[in-house]
Amino acid sequence: MPYDCIVCVKQVPDTANVTASAMNEDGTVNRAALPAIFNPEDLHALEAALEVRDRYGGTVTAISMGPPKAAEVLRDCLYRGADRVILLTDRRAAASDTLATSYILSQAIRTLGRYDLVFCGRQAIDGDTAQVGPQCAEKLGIPQITYMEQMGELREGIVRVRRNIGHGWEVVECPLPVLITVIPAANQPRPPAAKRVMRYKRARAAAELAAQVKAEMPEAPEDLIAAEVQRRVEALRAEGLLIEQWDLDRIGADLSRCGMAGSPTKVFRIQSIVLKREGHVQVPPTEDGIRQLVRELVVDRILG
Amino acid sequence: MANYFLDNEDIQFLFDHLDLRELARLQEDDFAYVSEDGSGYAPRDADDAVDNYRRVLTIVGQVAGEMIAPNAEQIDREGNTLNEDGTVTLHPLVQRNLRRLAQADLMGFTLPRRYGGLNCPTTVYSMAIEIVSRADASLMNLFGLQGIAETIYAFADDQIKDETLPRFARGEVTGAMVLTEPDAGSDLQAVRLRAYQDEQGNWRLSGVKRFITNGCGEILLVLARSEPDIADGRGLSLFITERGPGVRVRHLENKLGIHGSPTCELVFEDAPARLIGERQRGLITYVMSLMNGARVGIAAQSLGVAEAAFRLARCYAHTRQQFGGPIERLPAVAEMVTDMKVHLEAARALCYETSRVCDHENNNLRVLEFRKDIPPEEKKRRTQLSRTLKRINGMLTPMAKYYCSEMACRVADTAIQVLGGSGYMKDYPAERYLRDARITTIYEGTSQLQIVAAVRGVTSGAFENWTAEHEGRSYDDPLLEELKGHLLEGKRRVVEAIQFVKTKGTQYLDLVGRPLVDAAITVIIGHLLLGQAAVNQRKKHVLRRFLARQLPMLETNCRYVLSGDVSPLEQYELLAGPVPAME
Repeated sequence: MPYDCIVCVKQVPDTANVTASAMNEDGTVNRAALPAIFNPEDLHALEAALEVRDRYGGTVTAISMGPPKAAEVLRDCLYRGADRVILLTDRRAAASDTLATSYILSQAIRTLGRYDLVFCGRQAIDGDTAQVGPQCAEKLGIPQITYMEQMGELREGIVRVRRNIGHGWEVVECPLPVLITVIPAANQPRPPAAKRVMRYKRARAAAELAAQVKAEMPEAPEDLIAAEVQRRVEALRAEGLLIEQWDLDRIGADLSRCGMAGSPTKVFRIQSIVLKREGHVQVPPTEDGIRQLVRELVVDRILG
Repeated sequence: MANYFLDNEDIQFLFDHLDLRELARLQEDDFAYVSEDGSGYAPRDADDAVDNYRRVLTIVGQVAGEMIAPNAEQIDREGNTLNEDGTVTLHPLVQRNLRRLAQADLMGFTLPRRYGGLNCPTTVYSMAIEIVSRADASLMNLFGLQGIAETIYAFADDQIKDETLPRFARGEVTGAMVLTEPDAGSDLQAVRLRAYQDEQGNWRLSGVKRFITNGCGEILLVLARSEPDIADGRGLSLFITERGPGVRVRHLENKLGIHGSPTCELVFEDAPARLIGERQRGLITYVMSLMNGARVGIAAQSLGVAEAAFRLARCYAHTRQQFGGPIERLPAVAEMVTDMKVHLEAARALCYETSRVCDHENNNLRVLEFRKDIPPEEKKRRTQLSRTLKRINGMLTPMAKYYCSEMACRVADTAIQVLGGSGYMKDYPAERYLRDARITTIYEGTSQLQIVAAVRGVTSGAFENWTAEHEGRSYDDPLLEELKGHLLEGKRRVVEAIQFVKTKGTQYLDLVGRPLVDAAITVIIGHLLLGQAAVNQRKKHVLRRFLARQLPMLETNCRYVLSGDVSPLEQYELLAGPVPAME
C-alpha cells in the first residue's frame, strides 16, 4: 500500500566548520561567514521518507521555509529523489521563532491536504531546539514519535518505530497520520543521483529568478524586471523545472502568528565565550604521572 | 566531509587542463541530436556537458570519501564468502558500496543515455576509477568493470543490448570478463573452454576458467573455443551467459590483496550462452578491444592506490617527530616524499592523456560503425584517423598501464618506508595499500607483456611521430625552453638506441624492452608535463624535478641498450644456476 510522505527540511549555517569570523561583535551568528548546508538530521528525515516510498510506493514531498536561497536544499532533495518540493518564502515570516515556524509549517502541511507521514530531523544545528517537529504535530493535531532510530513495519495504517530514549530504546506503534522526528542512527542518507542532478540542476524557484534578474539588470525599471522574471518562470515551468513557491497568503496563515509578531521568544542574554589555552602541564611518563593525569581529568569531569 | 574529487588539486587541474569540451563534442556528436534525446538529462552544449562531468565527479568524490573509504579496512580483513551451492556472498559492506554507487547512477558511466547511462567520456571515467580506488582499490574491480557493458554495446546484437545494458546502468547486475584458464593466462590463444551447439542450435559452454575477477557476477562474457579444429586465437569466439545452474563457483582465491574483489574459479557445465558478434573474432577483435579499455582502467586504479599511500606518507612525515623535528626535514625522507608525489603526477599526466586519446579513437570508431550516412570523403578521413589513433594508442595504453602500475607499487612501498616500523604494522593502512597495489602490475597483462606491446610502438615510428608533434610547440619561458632542449637531447639518445636495437633482431628487442620503453616514457611524460607547466607555475618545478631525476636514468637505460649484452639469453643456465630441488 502506497504512503504519501512530507519532509520538512532546513538550510542552516555549517556550525560544524566554525572559523573565527563565525560570530558577530554582538554575539549573533554571522551567517555570511558560514557556508549554508542541508541540516544534517533533515537528510536522515528525507532518507526515511525515500525508504518508505522505495518499499511501499507513494510520494515524497519536501518543504523548506526560508529565504530564496533555501531552494538550494530543495534542489538537493530533488537530486536525491524527492517527487515534489515547495519553497515557503515570505518576508513577513522573517525572525520567526520555533512557535511561529511550526505554525507556518503546519499551515503548509494542511494546505497540502492528504498525507500519511511527516518526517523532520530531530533538530537543526543552528538553534538546536528540537521544538519545531513536536510543535508542528501539536498544531496539526496528530500523534508524534520523536527520536526515531529505526523504521519498522508499516501495516494497515499503523507504523511501528524504534525510538531512542537516552539509555536504551523502545518500540512504539501508532496510527497514521503521524509526525516522526529522526536521529542519525536511523539510516544512512543516499548520495545525490547523477542523472537527477543533470536533470534538475536548472530547477529554480521564482524568488531565485527574481534575484538573478535584478543582479543581471540593476538599472532596469521595475516593470521590465517583472516581465523578465515572468518570462523565465514560464520557460522553466514549461520544462517542468519550476520549484513551487508559496507565501503566507497561499497557506492562509494568520499574520499575527507569523514572523516577529508571532514569536514570543525573548533572547535574555548572549554570551561570547572565548576558549583560551592557558599554559600547559607536563606529565612525566611514569605510572604516577599517568595516574595523576587521570585523576585530574576525572576531577574536571572530562573522564568518567 | 571528505570529498576525494574536491580535495584533489591535481585531478581538478587536469580536469581543466585537458580539453574536456572537445571530448564532450565528440561524445555528444556535436550536440546534433539533443532535440531527439528524450532522456531529460542530455546536455545542451559543451559547457553544459563539462558542468555535468564536474558534478558527476563531485558525487563520485563524495561517495568515495564518505561512504566507501570507511568500509575498506573491514572489507580487507573479512573478504567475501563462498557458499556450498557454488554461489558467492559478497561482504555486506561491498554490497552496500555497490548499492551506493547504483543509487548515485554511477554504474552506467559511459553507456549511452538510451540505455540509462551517463554517456561520459573515458577520461572522466578514468578519473572516477582513480577516485574510487583511492577509497578502496578492491571496489574498482566491480565499479571499473563497466568495459563489459561497453563491449556488449559495441559488438552484441540489439536484443542482447536491450536486455542487459539497462540492468547494468541501474546497477542491478555486475559482470565479469571470463578469459583466463589454468593453461591460458598471458597466452589466451591457448583457451580450451568448449563452445558447442546443441540439437536446437543453441550455444552451450563446458569447461573451467580460473582467476576470474567477479566471476560470481550475474553477466559473464566468456572466451571459448567454438572451432575445435582451429588451435589458435582464430578458433575463439566471445559468448554471453548469465549466472545460473550451469555455472558454478568452485573456488574463491585467497589473495595477497584486493580482498573485497572476489576472484573465482568457474565451472561451466553445458551452460546456455549466446554469441557476441561474429564467430572467430572473440579474441582477435572483441577481447583485444575490451582489454585495451581495461588496461587504462588499471592505470587509473593504480593512481588511486598511489594517491592514498602518498597522502598517508605525507601526513606521517609531517607529524612524526624524531631528532627534535618532523622527519620530513630529514633529507632522505624529503626525497622519498617529493619523489612519490612527482612520479604520481607524472603517471597521472600519462594516464589521462592516454584516456583522452582513447576517447578520440572510440568516438571515431563509433561514428564509423553506427552512422550509415557519412559522405565518402568524410569516411575516408575518419578511416585514416582511425589508423593513426590506433597506432598512438597501441603505444600509449600499454605504457600507461605499465608505468602507472609500477609507480603505484613503488609509491606504496615507499609509503611503508616513510612510516618505518609503523608502516609494517596492520595499525596503518600502508601495508594494505602495498598489497592492493601489487596486483596492478600483473592482471590485465603483466608489465612484461605491456612492454612487449609498447616497445613495438617505440620502434615502429609511433614514438617519433608523437614526439615530433609535441616538439613543434615553443614556450615563452626560458626555463621551459631549456627543459625542452633536454627532452630533445633525450629523444636523440632514445632514437640512437632504437636504431641499434633494430640491427639486432626481436629477441634482443624483447630483452631490452624495459629500458627502452622506460627511456621513451620519460620523453613522452616530459612533453606532457611541459604542456602543464606552460599554464601552471608549480608544474614547472614538478617537471624540473622529474627531469632531474629521470634524465640520468634515461642515459643509463640507453647506454645499457647500446651495450648489446645478451648474457641472460646465452648464459641462462650459467647465470641462473641449477634448478633447485623442489621441497
